[in-house]
Amino acid sequence: MRKVFVTGIGATSIGEHWDKSLRDLMIEAASRAIEDAGIQKNMIEAVFIGNMSSSILQGQEHLGSLFTTWFGIPGCAAFRSEAACASGGVAFHSAYLAVASGLYDCVIALGVEKMSDVTSRDLSSALIMADDQEYTAFVGATFVGLNALVYRTYMNKFNVKQEDIAFFSVHDHYYAINNPISQFKFEVSLEQVLTSPLIADPIRLLECAPTGDGAAALVLCSERKLKSIERREGIVEVLASSVATDILSLQDRDDITTLNATKVSMKSALRQAKIERKDIDVIELHDAFTILGVIHLEDMGFAKKGMGWRLVKEGEIALGGNIPTNLMGGLKAQGHPVGATGIYQIYDVILQLRNEAGRNQVDNAEIGLSQNVGGVGGTVTINIFKGVR
Amino acid sequence: MWEGVFTTSVSRVWRERIKKYRLIGGYCVKCGKRFYPVRSFCPKCGSNKIKEIILPRKGRVISYTIIRTPPAEFKMYAPYIVAIVELEDGTRILAQLTDIPINEVKIGMQVEAVFRRYREQGEEGIIEYGIKFRPVL
Repeated sequence: MRKVFVTGIGATSIGEHWDKSLRDLMIEAASRAIEDAGIQKNMIEAVFIGNMSSSILQGQEHLGSLFTTWFGIPGCAAFRSEAACASGGVAFHSAYLAVASGLYDCVIALGVEKMSDVTSRDLSSALIMADDQEYTAFVGATFVGLNALVYRTYMNKFNVKQEDIAFFSVHDHYYAINNPISQFKFEVSLEQVLTSPLIADPIRLLECAPTGDGAAALVLCSERKLKSIERREGIVEVLASSVATDILSLQDRDDITTLNATKVSMKSALRQAKIERKDIDVIELHDAFTILGVIHLEDMGFAKKGMGWRLVKEGEIALGGNIPTNLMGGLKAQGHPVGATGIYQIYDVILQLRNEAGRNQVDNAEIGLSQNVGGVGGTVTINIFKGVR
Repeated sequence: MWEGVFTTSVSRVWRERIKKYRLIGGYCVKCGKRFYPVRSFCPKCGSNKIKEIILPRKGRVISYTIIRTPPAEFKMYAPYIVAIVELEDGTRILAQLTDIPINEVKIGMQVEAVFRRYREQGEEGIIEYGIKFRPVL
């Protein structure tokens, strides 16, 4: 396996882009990424697109050819990956393998989702397709509802109060203010979170990642290609890329307060990167709901089961804490265009490693980790990066 | 009334009917895992030594939520309760609770299976039925 480097990043802002189509978002993100990398688009040999629901939301399949056509690179290899909300992370993994294998020297990993084209009810029908259509969607469960089942079990099992878990949302909003591409640039108080409308008890509106449109893209290169490109600084090496699955539906799992795929993926990623957990300087984790943020911290090994909320409440995940996490606003406030999220998270980690995170910059951030989750942990991808120059 | 591309299929509903109507679960002889519905391989250990069992029709609520913003095809029923029910033999099943006000559900509540309507495939489609649970009478 060869070394793989990320040499360019680009993203659209996240929000309701009424004037932009699915393809417009892809083109905008990819254009920014190749400009940032200092390459010409004809250098791209393959494109890996992460997207969850364009068939339902836009009636559009075949995103690979759609993208190469509208980006003006016909002939280029192109693929689409789908793993629910982990589609972006899985697309990145495929792009990484493509370069590491030696087959390609320069590829793009791109994530895109356009959620504002349909009503919230139809969106709800589309999102629950992340779980089993016959035995989960069939009973009227929503995606929020499944996470609510986890939330209630967690509070009951570990005797934790909702106010302690819900604080994750306050954290995310605080940091999103300084992020130029975030969907929400305002703070929320814990009281506002806890009194916002119930969506699926006990989950309240301000504990849920919003719906939005967006695309993000990364340029990945081999070491050989690196020598021939313009960009000379801000190069980041991929130290690890891992993907793991778990039993799809909660009712089939023995313990629903742990996402086993996170544990499996984390173990593999640390082994690949040859680092220890304490070496990680900055984290982007998949907090689609407040409870998930807390559970991920535990499953990645930063806290004991039932204690993850303490890291949030005691400032350990804040800027200046021991494990700075979601410092660009997380899924809750930066936004969560589902199939694009895995790529946005890597974009955020790389900003930190390039020392370009502005007011949310972690001092001397050298190693960063992104964790992207599909369904209620049916798929988890973890990637680890290191700034090299 | 809602007609979506992925639900308006008669055969899709027909082929699941026995497992759904009669609660046919599986028991893994190798690792002891119990699951619903029955399938060829154990989702936990991968074994093919699976015994098909007709599940008990009583159990208790181990977690629940109240769906207030439903998918399009459940719009007319909201708010409603979705729960994980652990049946008497330990098998867990995801289902709606019925015949109970939404503010009266509790973890540990004893419930029993009843045959009820779940969703409809629009004007020209069929009605999909399945098992819901109600408080034990």
